[in-house]
Amino acid sequence: MSTFMPPPLPSDDKRWKIVNGTMRKSGFARHALIETLHTVQSSFGYLDDDAIRFVASSLRVPLSQAYGVVTFYHYFSLKPPGKHTATVCAGTACYIKGADKLIAAAEKKLGIGQGQTTSDGQISLMTARCVGACSRSPVALCDGEVVGEMTPEMMTEQLEKWSVE
Amino acid sequence: MTIEELEQIAKNVQQENAGYDYEVNVCLDLACASQGADKLREALAKAAEASGKRVLVRRTGCMGPCSHGPLVRVDPEKTLYHRVKADKAGAIVESLGRAPLPELQCDLNEHFDRQVRVVLENAGQIDPEKIEDYIAHDGYKALLTVLTEMTPDGVVHRITESGLRGRGGGGYPTGLKWGTVAKAAGETKYVICNGDEGDPGAFMDRSVMEGDPHRVIEGMAIAAYAVGASKGFIYVRAEYPVAVSRLTTALREARRHGLLGNNIGATPFNFDIEIRLGAGAFVCGEETALLASIEGRRGTPRPRPPFPAASGLFGKPTLINNVETYANIAPIVRNGGKWFHDMGSERSKGTKVFALTGKITNTGLVEVPMGIKLREIIETIGGGVPGGHKFKAVQTGGPSGGCIPAEMLDVGVSYDALLKMGSIMGSGGMIVMDDTSCMVNVARFFIEFCMSESCGKCIPCRAGTSQMHTLLTRICSGQGTMDDLELLEELCITVKEASLCGLGQTAPNPVLSTLKYFRHEYTEHILEKRCSAGVCQMEAAVEVMA
Repeated sequence: MSTFMPPPLPSDDKRWKIVNGTMRKSGFARHALIETLHTVQSSFGYLDDDAIRFVASSLRVPLSQAYGVVTFYHYFSLKPPGKHTATVCAGTACYIKGADKLIAAAEKKLGIGQGQTTSDGQISLMTARCVGACSRSPVALCDGEVVGEMTPEMMTEQLEKWSVE
Repeated sequence: MTIEELEQIAKNVQQENAGYDYEVNVCLDLACASQGADKLREALAKAAEASGKRVLVRRTGCMGPCSHGPLVRVDPEKTLYHRVKADKAGAIVESLGRAPLPELQCDLNEHFDRQVRVVLENAGQIDPEKIEDYIAHDGYKALLTVLTEMTPDGVVHRITESGLRGRGGGGYPTGLKWGTVAKAAGETKYVICNGDEGDPGAFMDRSVMEGDPHRVIEGMAIAAYAVGASKGFIYVRAEYPVAVSRLTTALREARRHGLLGNNIGATPFNFDIEIRLGAGAFVCGEETALLASIEGRRGTPRPRPPFPAASGLFGKPTLINNVETYANIAPIVRNGGKWFHDMGSERSKGTKVFALTGKITNTGLVEVPMGIKLREIIETIGGGVPGGHKFKAVQTGGPSGGCIPAEMLDVGVSYDALLKMGSIMGSGGMIVMDDTSCMVNVARFFIEFCMSESCGKCIPCRAGTSQMHTLLTRICSGQGTMDDLELLEELCITVKEASLCGLGQTAPNPVLSTLKYFRHEYTEHILEKRCSAGVCQMEAAVEVMA
């Protein structure tokens, strides 16, 4: 039986070495698929076809299965994020305290829906299931930073600031 | 690491702390951090240094009443300051040794007096990134005692004796589960901690993992010894980056001190833990789906039996417990099963941590003995509904739970009582709603959640939740009929009885419980085309009428 040779890195971008490192740590075991996809997303910001192909063939996972995993989990994104991201928490406590008004304000300001990015690639509008900051609801993450007790006015103001950058 | 060495570390920490006259503890949990607690800590450290006083400024995990953040507690006086901004750092340091600052002092005696802290005993007391702090609070003592003085059977017996039931929501007796895995045949076994806190509106597990990570590790190690496992996994949501980093640090420190790895406590016991990240799928809280996810696959549940205790991760016998369950283990081992058994109500022992949120004055984390009345939690500990509004319902158990109305508030909290009321204990989210919340809309919110989180494997859940959502949307937009209501109830029963896993079986609970207690709101939407809470937009109805 010939020993398995993992495929070459897709390019000489250093980030692929980090991705490869995650797989090597587990001995290129199939169960490292989700871990590796996490590494790709944290390094590149999203998962594109090339990345999924590379990871799948390195771990000897069928492409269909890799794609199935990527689309199953909400956390994985197939589209590049905007320069800035506003994530409105849509958990129960935030819903009770009016998260829908934050989303509506952002949609109105940006002219895009949830999960989309403005055409200039400046701002992405996302929703999260719950970020665990329920005691400060309604909450939004502005580029990852938790802003508690947010109002539609604060949301519009933040988006305004980002869009004129 | 032996018990003597452990005690030496504890002694060193105490000696070091004795060198300080005052300890200023700053809560750096998410809620406080989002209000500038980080800057505050820096300012306090700077002011302390400039003052020449012997002050230890310590960052801690969640102190509890998040709505009062950022929180600072000054020891040894135990003065609690709330809503502290960085510009008050100088004044706080200056006041040390004198009278406390009345304008910042926070009177929450009623809030704290009714609580009993077991899981949260270290919350707000220790620096979560310092293993020495944990050891100084009796940390890892239980593990080393177990390894040197108890048999695995003895550990299982002690946990059984305590009456501890799974804190993830189901309430399965923990001792029984451990016993089953211990008896399962096989060389390789696994111990898993379920930290995939997917219930929106709950953050107890996050706080425990972030504020006291070693407690979880110690609980898992004791479990591994009891069931005969040498490998463990902590499955954490990727949405909790701080928890992941705290756990990573804690694991590294535990290994460095010989509390994980080979020959722990100079005994033949080997155990190590790896972290696995979730990726945003609520269904992965279900144990067979969680196993699939750790194996790198889509998180779809499978029929049981075989139960994970017999055939779990990679087909091996596997013990799966929730974060809070593991957090209870070390205190039970230290204080004995009877101590735990004496707390709580007849069939629900010990304490429970709840995340109190929504329309309530004191939002945050509370830990109460089982059996305490809901009214006490909401009115005394939580401070009631703010803004002159009227309490309407409290939602427990997340999307699998139900809404409990005001008439039922005098019921004591236990697994069985909540089930009887049409809700569940769940992992501990408690969301308070007032008269500005529409219960039909709340039901629709949860069904929408379950619809999008349904893994799609079994049809009752996949198609049923989607149909329920359509019906509820019709009712919420004023287009519903009484026939729709009947159909909705029928669907609830079908989905509940025919779904494969817990997600589908419990998905109808929010609808069923609101139908049971707030049926008049449904009929008001249908017959009068009116939403008295003013949440639902009845535009469609107006058009039809015109």
